[in-house]
Amino acid sequence: MRFSFPRYLRGLLPLLGGLLLLAVYPRPACAASKLKVVAATTDMAALAQEVGGDRISVDSIARGYQDPHFVEAKPSFLLKLRQADLLIVVGLQLEIGWLPPLITQCGNARVQVGAGGYLDASQFAEILEIPTGIITRAMGDVHPLGNPHYWLDPENGRRIARGIATKLAEMRPEDAAYFEERFQAFSQRLTTSEKTWDDEMKPLHGRKVITYHRSWPNFAKRFDLDVIGYIEPRPGIPPSPGHTVELIRLMKRENVKVILVEPYFDLKTPNAVARDTGAQVVVLMPSVGGEKDVTDYFKLFDYDIGLLTRAFKATP
Amino acid sequence: MRRVLVLACLVFFVPQFLCAQGKDDTQERLKALEEKVRELEAELQALKAAQPAAAPAEMPAVAPAPAEAAVPSPPAQAPAAPSQVELPAGAPLMPSGPLPVYGGASSGAKLLNPDVSVIGDFIGVAGRSTVQPLPALEMHESEVGLQAIIDPYARGDFFFTFGEQGVGLEEGYITFTSLPGGFVAKVGKMRSSFGVVNTLHNHVLPWIDRPLVTDNLAAGEDGIDDAGVSINRILPAPKGIFLEATAQLFRGDAGDVFSHTRNSDVSAVGRLRAYRDLTESTNLDVGLSLARGHNDLGSAYRTQLYDLDATLRWKPLRRAIYHNFLTRTELIWSEREQPSAVERAFGFYTSSDYRLNRRWTIGGRYDRSDRARNADLTDSGFSGVLTYWPSEFSQIRSQYRFTHSAEGRDANEILFQFLFVLGAHGAHPF
Repeated sequence: MRFSFPRYLRGLLPLLGGLLLLAVYPRPACAASKLKVVAATTDMAALAQEVGGDRISVDSIARGYQDPHFVEAKPSFLLKLRQADLLIVVGLQLEIGWLPPLITQCGNARVQVGAGGYLDASQFAEILEIPTGIITRAMGDVHPLGNPHYWLDPENGRRIARGIATKLAEMRPEDAAYFEERFQAFSQRLTTSEKTWDDEMKPLHGRKVITYHRSWPNFAKRFDLDVIGYIEPRPGIPPSPGHTVELIRLMKRENVKVILVEPYFDLKTPNAVARDTGAQVVVLMPSVGGEKDVTDYFKLFDYDIGLLTRAFKATP
Repeated sequence: MRRVLVLACLVFFVPQFLCAQGKDDTQERLKALEEKVRELEAELQALKAAQPAAAPAEMPAVAPAPAEAAVPSPPAQAPAAPSQVELPAGAPLMPSGPLPVYGGASSGAKLLNPDVSVIGDFIGVAGRSTVQPLPALEMHESEVGLQAIIDPYARGDFFFTFGEQGVGLEEGYITFTSLPGGFVAKVGKMRSSFGVVNTLHNHVLPWIDRPLVTDNLAAGEDGIDDAGVSINRILPAPKGIFLEATAQLFRGDAGDVFSHTRNSDVSAVGRLRAYRDLTESTNLDVGLSLARGHNDLGSAYRTQLYDLDATLRWKPLRRAIYHNFLTRTELIWSEREQPSAVERAFGFYTSSDYRLNRRWTIGGRYDRSDRARNADLTDSGFSGVLTYWPSEFSQIRSQYRFTHSAEGRDANEILFQFLFVLGAHGAHPF
């Protein structure tokens, strides 16, 4: 029997050969190099940076001023992921629309789901708004595993940082003491800052607010704000005239004077509601990097609490 | 005779003896059980008396936050709480607390079921067309997706299409995600990586139909979709350029483009893709593809396809859900060996889409394509598309389509489409 390789496949041989050469091309030694951490969001990146210090390099995929539900799975992110030693995700299906294809395509076994370099930070946090009973899309773009905006409680920030420090120590045992020391320092700074934030927010305890999306349950619980309504009729569903009219009635009845909006939402409807109710629209940052000044996890709360206190002071 | 009497006695008396002995045993057992029940009752009463008055009604849904801001201990990756069920309050001799759900292992196993989704694609047409006639109303396609991670090394994706004429496997493949050397391999039936439109499922197209060049040169709606093996890898490139090479080998069947009569009549597809972020909001995506295989005239005749595509996207990150723009051009050349000569045909489309706001998108497309079997015949057309998104899980689209066929016939049509998604449909690659 004679086997002849199809002639027309010969054109592909150089390509296949090139791919094989690349496969056996030795990667540079990286024993002493920094651990490469890629985080799905800037918040996870900021917390990783706090505990990883100069022993890690951190990059994030989503920007702080970007809606983390709707990030494009751009090929340039694959370049980051293929080099990563550790991928930190928010989880709870926040990134379900864009991260899974990136993980599948990146060709990096270290960061596949369940591998040693994959860390779902939600496992460390207190999760709110876990739906019970029947869950359907009639409820909007609901997250069946709970609200994924959990990093907006400093206590959860501490827990996540603890989890990241433990993971980094597992990956680099020789630096375990360094990561532990960084975590302890971070925790102490957080304790100090929390006292300040609590003092600033104390006069606002129990104050009623409206938010655009359900991004703030952990923040509201931690600082005792009362979220009584949303600009969105359901999570992920654009505002409708009927719902807006109902919301205006509710705000007038409950005398709500502050509307919190994430930086990636259109201000048209919130502004219209504010005009009708005499309320203020406050563009609050849900993530690190949402504004130039918000460069780390502490400044995120400094910024938001500063905005809130000024807004409430300005309202009757 | 004596033997018979002895045997009869044995047959008559032994069962009675055994029966009497059995009765004695049963009575003894019953007595022992009664005593045991009494003991258990006593123990139960003692336990009840020892219990605090108010037991928590149910497990907290979330772990309580520490009261103090003290440094927490290393995070306990607590195992999931076992499934529990509340019992009727008045159930006799039953503790008031929850009991484990028996058979929980099987109900828990459902958690490992693949993500299931169904996408409905309903199309209607108004207007008369002798160029590309479509039914007035049609449940064009129902796509069922089953997707899951198989094991630590691979994931699986299946997409079945249910049309009015039957059921087909659009794609069904395993993807090996943990290969050495940064390779990603797929094995199964898949849409080949020839160009851009060929890789797209119907529900992610920015139009209701497919471009004329797809119909004329690249196997129509189903495209180059075949059983085979695919391998791809990201290649090193300078200046933040994403460069990816893909090589695929298929059985050799793809609509009217490729056909195999012998097992050696395989087809091959290769693609080189380059992508770069021009700014944070803008990117450029360019690809070069090649597909080669035997055509329907037999093993001696081959068809080669070449594809050059370019896509420019603009999507401002702060307002990504409200505004974005995409323009794409795809050029396809076909070289089809025929008994007379090699037929060289060319076609292309160019399209643009602009998202006006969160719910409305407007777009247009221009088409022009020779026919693969007779390049002297050229069809052309253009379309205008308007899409409304009630939510991210449904869309309503209308398309005005003008087609001028090579035979000189014109068609003016209004197409409309309802697309709706049920369940968890995994995100598609960019």
